[in-house]
Amino acid sequence: MISRILSISKKEMREIIRDKRSLMIIFALPVFLLIMFGYAVTLDIDEIKLGVLDDDNSLLSRDFISTLNSSEYFTITQVIERESDINSLLDRGNIQCAVVIPIGFEKQVERKQKAPVQFLIDGMDASTASIIQSYVIAASQSFSQNVTKDFVSSRTGMKMIEPINIEPQFWYNKSLDTTQFFIPGLLALMLIVISVILVSISIVREKELGTIEQIRVSPVSSFELIAGKIVPYLIVSLIIAALMIFMGYLFFGVVVKGSYIHLFLGTACYLLATLSMGIFISTISDSQQVAFQISQVVSQLPTLILSGFIFPIESMPVSIQILSYITPARYYIVILRDILIKGTPFETFSMQLIYLLIFATAFILISIIRIKRSEAI
Amino acid sequence: MNSIEVINLTKRFGKFTAVDNVSFNVGKGEVFGFLGANGSGKSTTIRMLCGIIVPTSGEASVNGFNILHEPEKVKANIGYMSQKFSLYGDLSVEENINFFGGIYGLSQSRLTDRKNWVLQMSGLTERRKTLSAQLSVGFKQRLALGCAVLHEPAIVFLDEPTGGVDPISRRNFWKLINELSASGTTVFVTTHNLDEAEFCNRIILLDYGKIVATGSPKELKSEFIKNGMLFLESDDVYTAYELLEKHRLVHNASIFGNALHVSLSDAASLEDNAAEAIRAFLESNGIKVAGIRSIVPSLEDVFLETIEKPASDD
Repeated sequence: MISRILSISKKEMREIIRDKRSLMIIFALPVFLLIMFGYAVTLDIDEIKLGVLDDDNSLLSRDFISTLNSSEYFTITQVIERESDINSLLDRGNIQCAVVIPIGFEKQVERKQKAPVQFLIDGMDASTASIIQSYVIAASQSFSQNVTKDFVSSRTGMKMIEPINIEPQFWYNKSLDTTQFFIPGLLALMLIVISVILVSISIVREKELGTIEQIRVSPVSSFELIAGKIVPYLIVSLIIAALMIFMGYLFFGVVVKGSYIHLFLGTACYLLATLSMGIFISTISDSQQVAFQISQVVSQLPTLILSGFIFPIESMPVSIQILSYITPARYYIVILRDILIKGTPFETFSMQLIYLLIFATAFILISIIRIKRSEAI
Repeated sequence: MNSIEVINLTKRFGKFTAVDNVSFNVGKGEVFGFLGANGSGKSTTIRMLCGIIVPTSGEASVNGFNILHEPEKVKANIGYMSQKFSLYGDLSVEENINFFGGIYGLSQSRLTDRKNWVLQMSGLTERRKTLSAQLSVGFKQRLALGCAVLHEPAIVFLDEPTGGVDPISRRNFWKLINELSASGTTVFVTTHNLDEAEFCNRIILLDYGKIVATGSPKELKSEFIKNGMLFLESDDVYTAYELLEKHRLVHNASIFGNALHVSLSDAASLEDNAAEAIRAFLESNGIKVAGIRSIVPSLEDVFLETIEKPASDD
């Protein structure tokens, strides 16, 4: 049995290596996409372009503006003269946010009245807008806190003590760098797309050429055929994974916090699941084109939408959450975040490995039945 | 022991019956021809005998193994080559041979022996490193045959092995088939090329999934064209054909270019000179007969004789 599986794997490996053009694409594409995505897909917002309209032009108002400017989140790109200019500046994207300090700002503060400050935020991109909003609120609050503090201490001569001193510290991804957070998702996405497409097409191509028939009249069993096809693509995909992780380190400084053996194990289990999915697709498609299209839809969409890569699973409706259970990337992303970012021990993700293996076994069994029963291959 | 025994084999695809209650035996070392038009059920029968598809009903044994209960043993004892010459184009000649050696579990020393034999019989010893996609059709065909019999199976199934091959390569290929048969291998070959069928020891004619005739080429000719055959040249073969179809001396007529092959009826065997009678009949109907003579019927004549008329022109 082993020798027959090896014969098929060896043959397949030869064919992969011989096809230089495809080989280039197989290795270059994931790396290219990783770098592209890595730079593009980031939710960090820094250097918000701020426009300032200071009608008060007082000591306090200038103080407020310089507080905003000195924070790493804002850069003043525009000093606005007239209120009517704000619209066009926002429209043209020169600024993302405008702060308007009305006349009497300082006086009202001194009179211990509430001093209004207006922020106008470009709301086209809702998520960016809400982040800007929270930055703006935080900056204003800390400023008014300082004003209160100064006021109290100048009056009483006592130093005011803040009752609660909040010092938030993020574990695992200390700088809250979203690239770090996205790399696992990207890895899962690239690996599933490439492995599913490669293996399903390789089998359907043999169907088209008729070579599969030659294998089917030989003593090679359905399982041996499937195993023989999985092994070489598992090896190729593992190399791609290693390459991507290395590129992740090179370009985005992603270091593997956990054990490399765990990483290998998790990736291998994930690839077994995706490859068996590819095998199943090949049993239901008759042409390379059909196989390619099904592979793309089945691998890309659920991984993007249902895996927790971009949208947190916890905030999905329950019915969609159930759907996410049949997305292998869901488990792999958890494993990767555990190993890459947290470096947690094996027990924390061992269940995910078991899910992936169940997934793989199920698809392989269905494929064997399909090959045997319906003369599908 | 027969190499292949088939009893009432039937395969239906939905409502369509591809193979209809077919029974036959093939002796060891025979070259057995399976003839029929496209879609007559030849390939389906082969695929059932090879264990790729399961028959709807009926039984068959191949080399003594039941195709339903022991498909693995069947597969270990047969070789198969299809009209597509299923080789890997991006692998070299030698790598293709190694692959088939691997899946049939040949030991290293036996593989070396057999590889040399295949390279020699296919004439590819010098080109063992060539990618098989770069070979001409004739070489591909021989390499495919070599790979099919690499493990020295008791029976080899050839499904339309000579499609798209030039006449010289075809002749060489049949020489290989005869050598295989002489060494005791049973050769089961399907074809719709009737010249080729003449090379077979025994043939079956299949039409719409049913056996319509069986025997050696010689037997078939004498069985179906008992009273001889005439070759008739005329400038208006179509009218002649229509007239002769209903003539009492004629059993069957078929058009070959600008001539007719006319098989004679039982009534003609009692006639002194049937040929002259037919010529006189046609000329009395205003059709010029350029020549008429007796010929030895070919298998094609037998084939046209046996198949149902409306189906003959596909």
